[in-house]
Amino acid sequence: MSMEDILQIRDLYVSYGGIEAVKGISLHVERGKIVTLIGSNGAGKSTTLKTVAGLVRPKSGQILFEGEDLVGRSTDQIVARGVTLVPEGRRVFPNLTVKENLRIGAYLRKDDYSRDLAWVYELFPRLKEREWQPAGTLSGGEQQMLAVGRALMAKPKLVMMDEPSLGLAPLIVKGIFSIIREINRQGITVLLIEQNANMALKTADWAYVMQTGSLILEGTGQELADDETVKSAYLGVKK
Amino acid sequence: MQKLLPYILNGISAGGQYALISIGYTLVYGILRLINFAHGDVFMVAGLILVYSSATLPFYFSIPLVLVCTAVLGFVIERAAYKPLRSAPRMSLMISAIGVSYLIQNLAFYLTGGLPQPVTRPIPWVSGMVTVLGASTKRVTLVTPVLTLALVLVLLWLTRRTRIGIGMRAASRDFETAQLMGVKINSVISFTFVVGSFLAAVGSLLYFTNYPNVAITSGAMPGLKAFVAAVFGGIGSIPGAVVGAFLIGLSEEIIKGLGYSTFSDAFTFALLIVILCVKPTGLFGESAADKV
Repeated sequence: MSMEDILQIRDLYVSYGGIEAVKGISLHVERGKIVTLIGSNGAGKSTTLKTVAGLVRPKSGQILFEGEDLVGRSTDQIVARGVTLVPEGRRVFPNLTVKENLRIGAYLRKDDYSRDLAWVYELFPRLKEREWQPAGTLSGGEQQMLAVGRALMAKPKLVMMDEPSLGLAPLIVKGIFSIIREINRQGITVLLIEQNANMALKTADWAYVMQTGSLILEGTGQELADDETVKSAYLGVKK
Repeated sequence: MQKLLPYILNGISAGGQYALISIGYTLVYGILRLINFAHGDVFMVAGLILVYSSATLPFYFSIPLVLVCTAVLGFVIERAAYKPLRSAPRMSLMISAIGVSYLIQNLAFYLTGGLPQPVTRPIPWVSGMVTVLGASTKRVTLVTPVLTLALVLVLLWLTRRTRIGIGMRAASRDFETAQLMGVKINSVISFTFVVGSFLAAVGSLLYFTNYPNVAITSGAMPGLKAFVAAVFGGIGSIPGAVVGAFLIGLSEEIIKGLGYSTFSDAFTFALLIVILCVKPTGLFGESAADKV
């Protein structure tokens, strides 16, 4: 079906906080694409990403990244293989400067990361201006830019983003999504979860719909945007 | 003034020794939100190692031995008593710390037979006498503040400029996100304990230059006072701990100089109560938002 899958999740079950949050999902992410996972709050999207990142242990199932199973690996080993997560709520380090936040994004790199730093500053000139400011003093939109820039500093092959548009003004959201496409043009695969299904489906090459721990639909972004169930449940379109 | 001068000198020196201990409290609190009750006992063990090792070994060997063994002790305590409780409620961690404190004291009791161990061979040179502005004192009085400030500068450089230092500061705010950057939380925590214990060992070497013996409870009072200093400065803050320690050291000695020796300890603990009532975050403390 695909040229090459960078990530394959097979029959993944995850219990988190005493409840079964993910109930046997299987999905695949093709290299070089933008794939989105939409669904309402509590559907298990965040838990899925956290499990891929190694923050949560699954009950069973496989997470194959470039053919290698990530289950049982620690987060730093997973980051070292080229998988980063931009967490929900940005979670920049407020006590570190903008530059230190970017530097810590490259924590595991032994090579010279100055070119990536220059690239991040090119993508987000605002961060360059505020290089020496503590990240806690940035606005919400700037913190989101920093969280994305920080994830890019690891030189990832796959970037996972958890609700990057949450709590941001519509204009800023547009900016963030155009950055997501720009990152993708540079050859980085993106796995995006969003409650803002409209923007996500417009941007994504392939999309999944998740509901109470299971995947209920999949298709191209356009197909799902036209789907009646998706329209009424996630796009707020009344029949 | 001339009458108070020796007390002021002693106060600065005591302040430096408290500072070296209080950094250990503040670093560990910063990252684990744990008050490491065993820290004063680690300080005492450093004193014991000094007494035993200097009895047979030359100082150029025994001093490094004290520093290394104490740092290793800090590492082992964390791995054995705190790491297994990483996801347990914070209260369990506190209780484990109290347990470690008594365990160390009891092991020391077994080792020493409960008798205070005399410091028969004080470290040469620093225990020699000098005269400052007409006041005669041991050289350690002058060495302590200089060495303390030098070590604090190194520590600040370490936390601001090095990879592991930035990892430490990140982890002290947000474990999970720090992990997402590839920071190995367990290494960073171990490193924190090693640094804290190392500084306590330096403090111990200086402290026991001025004291005739090391008893199993020798760590209790300096440990408590260093803890008060850390709270006073704002626990979690390195500059806060240092400033708090010097202020407490000076206040205590000046009170003694004015003839109220009986009340010098009481002053420190009364200060603790006042700070907790009036400004619980201390002089340089961050807002209490993400704390206990």
